[in-house]
This record gives sequence, C-alpha cells and structure tokens, in this order.
Amino acid sequence: MAKVRLRAPLSQRSGGSGAHDLPGATVGEVLRELERRHPPIVGWILDERGAVRPHVNVFVNGEPTREDAVVEPTDVLQVLPSISGGCV
Amino acid sequence: MTTELLVGTKKGLFVLRGDAAAGTPFEIAARAFPGDTVEFAIRDPRTGRYFASHTSGFYGPRLMYADDPTGEWTQAQGPAFPEGGDTALERIWVITPGEADGLLYAGVAPAALFSSTDDGESWSLNEALWKEHQAGDWQPGAGGLALHSICPWPGDPQRLAVGVSAAGVWITDDGGQTWRTGYDGIVPEYLPEEAREGTNTLCIHNMHRAPARPERLFMQFHGNVYRSDDEGSSWKELRAGLPSGFGFPLVIDPADPDSAYVIPLVGAEDRVTPDARMRVYETRDAGSTWIEHGDGLPSDEAYLTVLRQAFGSAGEGSGMQLYFGATSGDVFGSPDAGASWFQVHERLAPVTSVRVA
Repeated sequence: MAKVRLRAPLSQRSGGSGAHDLPGATVGEVLRELERRHPPIVGWILDERGAVRPHVNVFVNGEPTREDAVVEPTDVLQVLPSISGGCV
Repeated sequence: MTTELLVGTKKGLFVLRGDAAAGTPFEIAARAFPGDTVEFAIRDPRTGRYFASHTSGFYGPRLMYADDPTGEWTQAQGPAFPEGGDTALERIWVITPGEADGLLYAGVAPAALFSSTDDGESWSLNEALWKEHQAGDWQPGAGGLALHSICPWPGDPQRLAVGVSAAGVWITDDGGQTWRTGYDGIVPEYLPEEAREGTNTLCIHNMHRAPARPERLFMQFHGNVYRSDDEGSSWKELRAGLPSGFGFPLVIDPADPDSAYVIPLVGAEDRVTPDARMRVYETRDAGSTWIEHGDGLPSDEAYLTVLRQAFGSAGEGSGMQLYFGATSGDVFGSPDAGASWFQVHERLAPVTSVRVA
C-alpha cells in the first residue's frame, strides 16, 4: 500500500486524517481510491477527467509527478498546493 | 427594514445587512469561502435556500448551499462533467431557480447547462445542449466560454432561453430536450462584415427576460444593447442615448416590461466607466430613451469596472432597490429605483456578483 500524506484542507475532507495507506498502481489510481473511501475529497485533487488539477502538485518520494506515474507499494505520495495557484 | 446582500468577490462571499431607506453603509454579517473567488451567490425565494459557487485557485470549482449564509455550507453533488471524459468544470457562472418545484439551473464554463430537481442538492448535465456545443464551433470570450444567462419562462418549465459568450442565444420549448438558435438584428462588430452573416460567434454579455411580457428579452451585447419582442428571433438595437453600447450588467423591473437598467463601460479596450463618472442608465420605454442616474455616485476620477453578475435588484416600481459592486471593492445601492444612491460598503475585494437575498 502506498502512503498518502495530505495537509489541510485536504486532510479535513479525508476523514480528518492526513495519512492514508491506499492501493493503486498509479498516482491516479491511488487518488481515486482515496476519493472512493472519502467522497468529500472528490473533485479537489483530480478533476472529472482524472487529471491532477493544474495547481496541485503530487510528489512521489519527493519527486514531482502527475496522475499517470507508476506507484510502488512502498512509495510515499505527498499532495501539496502549487505556488502557481491561489487567487490574486 | 433590513436588506440582505450576497456579494461575491475575488476573496470570498460577503453577507451584508442594512437598511436601504437609511442610506447608510451595511454591516458585514459573515464572510464565507475566504481566499476563493465566489463567482455567484443567490437565495432561492421559494425555499429560502442559499447557493454560492466558488473556485479555489488550487482545488477547483464547486457549488455550495446553506439555509443560513452565516452558518455551515454543504457541498452539492455537482455540477460536474461525466467522469473519465475529456472535459473538466472550470467555473460556475450563474444559478437560477426554475419554474417547477425543486428545479434549478446552473450555467457553467466551459459552456454547458446543468439542472437540479432536488432543490440544488444534485445536478445533471443537459446532454442535448452539450451536444450542440460539441458539434458547433463555439468560441470563448475574454472571460472564457461561458453560459452565464438563464431566462426561464414564467409558469412554463418547458421553455427556457440561455445566453452564451460567445456562442449566442439558445432556446428550448421542450424542457431542454432540443435546442434552437438563429436570429436577426445582432451585429457582431468585432467580425469583418463578410464574416457576420449567419455566424453564431455572438458575444452575449448578459440577457434577462421581462417576466410581465415573457416574449420580450433584453440583452447587453459586446458593443450594443438589444431587445427582442419575439422570444429572441429578432433583435432591435438600443444603443442611442447611452454613452457606450459596451458593458456587462443588466437589470429589469419585473413589473415593467419596458424597463431595463445598464451600466456602460467605455469599450472593449478600456473597460471603465465613461468620462470617469459612475452612472447607471434606465429606460422605461423599452430602450427608446435612457435616463442617466448619478445622484450619490462618484462623479469624477471614477475609473470603475462593474462585472456581468455584479448588479442586482429587489422589489419593483419606484421602490425597487438596486445594488451593484465594482472591481474596486466598492458597493453602491439605491432605495428608489435609481433616483438616488448611497455607498453600501467600500474596500471589499473585487466584486464579481451582487444579489439581494
């Protein structure tokens, strides 16, 4: 199981926890499993197409990736807001 | 009597409350969705339920509802495009109560219509109009490809007209199963003359139906104001008497089908108030003549921009309340149908929408 690490507000929408162990062969599959277990997170990280939102970054073991990146069971995924996001 | 305003801004929703008759600034009763752009907020008068659409700069758009705008909000199921498809929701431009119990509509970008039959808790894509979108050569305006105007027909849920920037007016007579477009009289001056005939690249900025005469529609277009008296089949230009035909907001008095209010801007290349004066223009003869209103509004060095949804009203006739907000963060109100104005609030974030609750 990959380890997923979330910060607020994503952790608040994921059962109040910032740490999740989830199955999946790709970043997209792991995050879809997060959505399945915690429906309030649907649409926050992945859009309807299954793509990671443009201003959200997903790091696997510290390396930036997107939804189609391969995930190993021992990997750690961190989901963080991008510095390119926000509202001016 | 207390008036409640829902003011969407680039930095959250502000719920303002005050007495319009007193002509003094309103108080901030609540701020919701801090940091996010709130594109639109409205109260459904049938149920008292509040709706707000907001977009996080990180986590995307969503629609929320609440029974108390100063309390907790609940996220609706949708609007969203089909999962696994090639389209993602970008923005929710407008929410409009329909003409049947529980029925509401949402207009979004990329341009599509969603409807709800359970008082806004869940939403479904109108597939027929979406197919028209996909089959057509729909072009975006500066604000994106947006369905921003939804005009129900009073008492008849089968009839609906919507406005799209920049893909014209679409009309259904069968509850959204089929859609038609096509009309005369609209002149897209931003296209060369030889490209105008038959084009549907029409940049509708705003459109409202006159409920007391529902075959009549008023439209703020990209460079003109128009009126249709035949459900949108033909349009008559109404620019004469206005300082500019360009603008975004539009309000009508629901009791008077000959009425419309607009807030012109200089033009597409300079989207500020003409002559550096904040003015609202009213017609009571269906656009033949316009009355300028400025009593209480800034009259010099006022370079303001008022966006599409940032003009709202309550009531009708000479006591109709009018409110608008500018991207400067200023909100103005009138307790007497535009005859006089006062500052409702200042120094908010850039205002994107204003509606009376």
